Amino acid sequence: MGQRDWSASIRHGNLSGTKDRGVNSQRVRPFFVSEKSFNTFAQVIDMPQKTVLNEVHRQLGAKMVDFGGWDMPLHYGSQIEEHHAVRRDCGMFDVSHMCALDVAGPDARPFLRRLIANNVDKLKQPGKALYSAMLNESGGVIDDLIVYFINEAHYRVVVNAGTTEKDLAWIAARLAEWKFKAVCIPRRDLAMIAVQGPNARTRFWQALPETRAASEALKAFHSVTVGDYFIASTGYTGEDGYEITLPASKAATFWQALLDAGVRPSGLAARDTLRLEAGMNLYGQDMDESISPLDAGLAWTVDLLSERDFVGKVALLAHPPQHQFLGLLLLDRGVMRAHQKVLVQVDGTVGEGEITSGTFSPTLQQSIALARLPLGVALGDQVKVEIREKALSARVVKPCFVRNGKALI
Amino acid sequence: MNVPANLKYTKSHEWVRAEADGTITVGITDHAQDLLGDLVFIDLPDIGQELAAGQESAVVESVKAAADVYAPLAGVVTEVNTAAADTPEIVNQDAYAAWLFKLKPANLKDLDALLDAEGYLASAGD
Repeated sequence: MGQRDWSASIRHGNLSGTKDRGVNSQRVRPFFVSEKSFNTFAQVIDMPQKTVLNEVHRQLGAKMVDFGGWDMPLHYGSQIEEHHAVRRDCGMFDVSHMCALDVAGPDARPFLRRLIANNVDKLKQPGKALYSAMLNESGGVIDDLIVYFINEAHYRVVVNAGTTEKDLAWIAARLAEWKFKAVCIPRRDLAMIAVQGPNARTRFWQALPETRAASEALKAFHSVTVGDYFIASTGYTGEDGYEITLPASKAATFWQALLDAGVRPSGLAARDTLRLEAGMNLYGQDMDESISPLDAGLAWTVDLLSERDFVGKVALLAHPPQHQFLGLLLLDRGVMRAHQKVLVQVDGTVGEGEITSGTFSPTLQQSIALARLPLGVALGDQVKVEIREKALSARVVKPCFVRNGKALI
Repeated sequence: MNVPANLKYTKSHEWVRAEADGTITVGITDHAQDLLGDLVFIDLPDIGQELAAGQESAVVESVKAAADVYAPLAGVVTEVNTAAADTPEIVNQDAYAAWLFKLKPANLKDLDALLDAEGYLASAGD
């Protein structure tokens, strides 16, 4: 047996290709080493970082994998069963590898207004959340993130794990350059757990009853703080649920309470098939610094209408979309994978596209993919995907395959 | 690691069983299915297909990755396990029961050159 795409098993998001390492607040630091030099040392020897729940995952029998420089659970036995648990009942993910940043100060809003491609002025009520890309001057995607509006002087920004150090450096440089009265503080003292699925809310309230009154009324893409818990109705699965940010010191107790409430631990492998079925992009795979958000299906998150100036705007206006970002459903037997070539016919000429994420969909029981395709390809078109020297048939569909447990295809 | 003593193995994680009728049965090891995770697609060779030793003969795909299965010996395919193609998860459940294909080897003596359980354990442990 020889691995065809072995890297995919550890790459999941292509994040491990980057060498940036976040700071690990969990690893025990010898008393004689300053925090700064200890973290530098960890980066130098390229040691995967651990979340505060690392030992818990191991005790649950998780298969661990290096993801973006973090030692994370891939699955706890069967990624397909975990996937179904989230679609049909409730699952939980340790997402503490992602970094929460606090952007605070009197100029926090004007700073974010200029920093990110979506318009922070869409955040009118405290608690509201906004998904956005952060672009470089040439319009490439540095990262995708969620901004939570806590109050005028305090915003919480959650960024990807493998890009954290790069993001922090970029943000610090923009703060210095633009001279806004704001700071950006990475909250390494926090852990994050996502509870997702049709029964996520009730199970979460079972585990943490005191939060029920405040979180019950949360509409999608909102957040509320209850004591130590920052509760957001966001997620990466296409299901209802919460993402809870809490002090790292309380994470193990909270995880156990969720386990006791019947929530199934789920790993990064299920998280990847769930987000792909939901048609959600993965940074490093579906977009990166070389890709315009307009070519990666993120046009809906880019505000080009307001007069607001933001990094990358000039480049986006100068370069209209070159591709469209659509879904593929494989009609033949097989599994589509990232980087496979897609052959299309537009007005009698042959064009070429590329799969950016592909997998087997446990819900649909067939292979699905996200792909960058030439302009002119229409929904419903039949295209060919090159899989192992064969050209297999696929249908072009909207890049959202499953939502709230239901197939949309 | 589950490595039955009565089978032969390759470094590339195939197991081989010599049958009384002179054919060999080929599958992937338990260690291989564990590395791959949940299997969702298996492409088997054609009956009558002639394979060289080490030739790509089947493909097993899990949710996360695809892997080639190589012919452990040169020979002609005599039978394929369609149950494995229809329900790939049976390979996850019992990799030694869910065989993939049978070969009539060109030279059965080549079997002696394959790894025994101990040799496979040493090789897979690397």
